[in-house]
Amino acid sequence: MKRFSQLLVTLILKTARNDKISVMSEYFKYTPDPDRGYALGALTGTLSIPGIKPSLLRTLVAERIDQELFNLSYDYVGDLAETVSLIWPNTAPYKEKLPSITEFISKMEGTPKAKLSSLISRFLDNANSNERWAMIKFATGGLRVGVSARLAKTALAAYSGCLLEDIEKVWHGLTPPYISLFEWLDGKTGIPKIQHTRTFHPMMLANPINTEQDFNRLDPNDFQAEWKWDGIRVQAVFDEFSKQLYSRTGDDISRAFPDIVGELNGKAVLDGELLVGDNFKALPFNQLQQRLNRKSPTKTHLKDYPAFIRVYDMLFYNDDDIRDLPLKIRRQKLEDWMKRVKNSRLDISEILDFDSWSRLAELRTEKADTLGHEGVMIKDLQSRYSPGRPKGPWFKWKRDPKFLDGVMMYAQRGHGRRSSFYSDYTFGIWRGNELVPVGKAYSGFTDEELVMLDKWVRGNTLNRFGPVREVRKELVVELAFDSAHASSRHKSGIALRFPRINRIRWDKPAQEADTTETITSIM
Amino acid sequence: MQWINHELYIAPIDAYIDPIKPVDKAIITHGHADHARPGHQKVLASRQTIDIMKIRYGEKSATSFQSMEFGKPLRINDVTITLHPAGHILGSAQISIEHRGQRVVVTGDYKTIPDNSAQAFEIIKCDLFVTEATFGLPIFQHPSPPNEINNLLKSISEQPNRTHLIGVYSLGKAQRVISLLREAGYDHPIFIHGALEKLCDYYSSEGINLGLLRKALVQDKETMKGAVVMAPPSALRDRWSRRLMDPIICQASGWMTIKQRAKRSGVELPLIISDHADWNELTSTIDSTEADTIWVTHGREDALVHWCKLNGKNAEPLRLQGRDEELEI
Repeated sequence: MKRFSQLLVTLILKTARNDKISVMSEYFKYTPDPDRGYALGALTGTLSIPGIKPSLLRTLVAERIDQELFNLSYDYVGDLAETVSLIWPNTAPYKEKLPSITEFISKMEGTPKAKLSSLISRFLDNANSNERWAMIKFATGGLRVGVSARLAKTALAAYSGCLLEDIEKVWHGLTPPYISLFEWLDGKTGIPKIQHTRTFHPMMLANPINTEQDFNRLDPNDFQAEWKWDGIRVQAVFDEFSKQLYSRTGDDISRAFPDIVGELNGKAVLDGELLVGDNFKALPFNQLQQRLNRKSPTKTHLKDYPAFIRVYDMLFYNDDDIRDLPLKIRRQKLEDWMKRVKNSRLDISEILDFDSWSRLAELRTEKADTLGHEGVMIKDLQSRYSPGRPKGPWFKWKRDPKFLDGVMMYAQRGHGRRSSFYSDYTFGIWRGNELVPVGKAYSGFTDEELVMLDKWVRGNTLNRFGPVREVRKELVVELAFDSAHASSRHKSGIALRFPRINRIRWDKPAQEADTTETITSIM
Repeated sequence: MQWINHELYIAPIDAYIDPIKPVDKAIITHGHADHARPGHQKVLASRQTIDIMKIRYGEKSATSFQSMEFGKPLRINDVTITLHPAGHILGSAQISIEHRGQRVVVTGDYKTIPDNSAQAFEIIKCDLFVTEATFGLPIFQHPSPPNEINNLLKSISEQPNRTHLIGVYSLGKAQRVISLLREAGYDHPIFIHGALEKLCDYYSSEGINLGLLRKALVQDKETMKGAVVMAPPSALRDRWSRRLMDPIICQASGWMTIKQRAKRSGVELPLIISDHADWNELTSTIDSTEADTIWVTHGREDALVHWCKLNGKNAEPLRLQGRDEELEI
C-alpha cells in the first residue's frame, strides 16, 4: 500500500500525460505480482473486492470526531475520502506495518462483515494521511486520480513495448491480478488466449465532424451514412451456450434485457443501438430510460417497452475475427448473417442514400424530428474496426442543438477536481408564476466561469439540504439541449436530452426565462 | 470585557491592534500586509516588525514608530502592554494587554512548533484569548517540516535536470524554507526571485542562516538546472517561470494539505509547510492559556468556535474585515 499510495499521489498531481504514463510504467516494473495486477485493476476500474461503503466510513469517523466538526470539514474539502484521510487522528509511531495490496484484499475478503469496521480502523490507524487516502480510495472504488483505463493500458504498452491495440483486444477477457497478461508483457509467454464469445470487445467510437473542414476534403463516395439512433450503444456477444449484452463501457447489462438476450440465436459479436418499441419502431429516449438503471424489468416494462437492437456492425462472424476487414465487407457479412440466422429482436441499421454532402445535410434536418434520431453517422467504407476513438474513419454529425433560458434553482458539489466547487446545477423554467425544474447541467462552462458560479451559489444560498443548496431564483443560464420529451419524472413534465450550459446570462432577469409552453411547443 | 471590542479596539488607550484602515494609534503584531498597513500616526510593535514595515512601506509609512522588546511591559495610564513571541515570522508578537486585573492576549498569527527563523512561541495565561483560525479545521494536521523538506530533497536528487521552483510568500515563508533546507544540509546556492531579495537580506542581517543566495536571472537558466528557485506564488505561473528549465512547480503552504487544491493550482510537488498553527496546535494552545473566553478571527472560525463550546469555553467569531480567508501569509 505504501508504494501504491505514492503512485496515486503522484498521479493526481502530475498533469502531463507522459509523466503519468512514465510513473505508472515504473510502478509496473518494480512492483511484484500479484500487487501490480491488483493495482492495475484498481486503476482501470475492473477490481471488485468486498469494499466499504461511505456510510461505514462516516460511522468510523463519528466515533473519533465530533459530527459538526466533521460536517464543516467535509463541506470545506468536498471529497469524502480526502476528508476522512485528513481528519483521522494521527497516531504515529505506528504499531503495525501497512499491508501490501494483496494482504489488504485478502484480509478484507477474509473478514466477516461485522468485523470489517475494526479492520479498517486498524489499517487507518497505522497509516499516514496519504496512505489512508489511498486505502479509502482503493476500498471504496473509483480512484478519480485523472487516469482513464485507456491511459493505464497505454502505460502497459510503454512498459512492455507491446501494442496498445493488442492489449485492448485481450483486455476484457482477463481479470485482476492479470498474471497471464504480465507474463506476456514481460515476454515470458505469448499473448493470452481469450474466448471471444465470452468477452466484451472494446468499441470503436466516432469523432464529431468538422463541417467546415472535413466535407471539403472527404469524398462522399468513400463513405456510408446511417442514422445516429438515440438509444444506448451495446455489444451483443453470444453463442449457443452463453449470451451477453454489454454497454459501451463493457458493463454486462444482460439481466436488464432478457427480452433481447433470450432471443439471440447463432454465434457472433455484434455492435448496435439498443432501442425500445414495437415492430422496430423506436420510441423516444426517455421511454427507453424506463428500462435503464434497473437490474431486471417488470412484466409491464417488457410489454410496454419491448427492447431490440438495431445492428450496425459485426466484429466476429461465428469464430472469425473480422475486425480487420473493411467496413464494406463487414457490412456484407452482417447482411448475409442476418438473412441466414433468425433473430426476432435484431434489426439492421438502414444505409442512407446520398451522393453529396449537401444531400446528406438535407436528410439530417428533414427527418430529425419525425424519426427522433440524433443526427447521422458517417463511416469510411474502408475502415477497420479499431477500438477507441481513432481520428479519421468514423464521424458523428449530430443535429443542431436547441436552446432555452432556465433559472438556477439548486446546486450540488461536483467530484474529483471539482470536489470543492458547486458545479452541478438544477434549472427551472416558468409555469405561470412558479418555477419548475426541467433538468440538470454540469458542463459547458470554463474553469473561470465555474469559480464565478461557485461564488454565486455560496453567496445566494437560501437553504441547505445535505450536499444540495437551494439558491435565490435569480441567475439565468442559456441551456443547449438536443431534444425535449414529455416526462413524468420532472415536475415540469419535460425532460431534456443532453442539457449543458451554453452561456451564463448574468445580465438577464429571471422573469424573462423560458416557460413550459414555449418548450412544449418544440417537443 | 468592556474595554476591548470586536474590532480589537482598546478603549482606555484609544488604540487598535492590526487595524486595516489608518488610525491614530496602532499596535502591530507582525509585518504581513493584512496586519501591518501603512498610514497610521503612531505605531507600536517589535523592533523587527518596525524594520520590516520600513523595508516594505518606507521610513515614513507611519508618523512615529515606537519599538518594544519582548517580555518588557509598557505601562500607559492603567493599561499594561507586553509583547510575547508568536512564532509566526521574525519579530511576530502576541499582544498582551492588562487592565483592571484582567488580561487579554491577541495572537495575530502564530505557530507553536520550532522555527529557526522566528522567536519561539510562548504560552501566556489570560482571561480572553483572541486566536487566529487560518487552519481551524480538524483536517489540518501539518506534518513535520523536516519531513516535507526531505520530500523536496528526494525529488531534487531524482530529477537532477529539472529546476525546482517553489512558490513562497516573500516575507517569512521564503526565509523559513531556505533555513529548513540549510538545516537539512542543503548547501548549494539557492536562487531567489527579485521580490524576495530585500527581506532575505534583512533576515540574514538579523543572524538567520540562509547560506548562499543568488538572484534568479533568466539568462542563468542553465545554471539553475537542478537547483532550487524561490519565487512568490504569483510568479509561479507567469512568463517569468516559463523561461526556466522544465520547472517542477512546488508550493510551500499549509493549504497543500488538500490534494485537490494543490492540483487545481497546478502544483506538482506540494510542501505542507505552514507558519500557522494547525488544528492540534490551535486547540492545545487555547487549553493552555486557561482563558475562559475565546475570540476567533480570520479563517475557519465556525469549527474552532464549535470546539471551544464543546470544551466549555465561551467563544465568538470576530469576522474581521480585510482578511483574505484563502490567503495564507
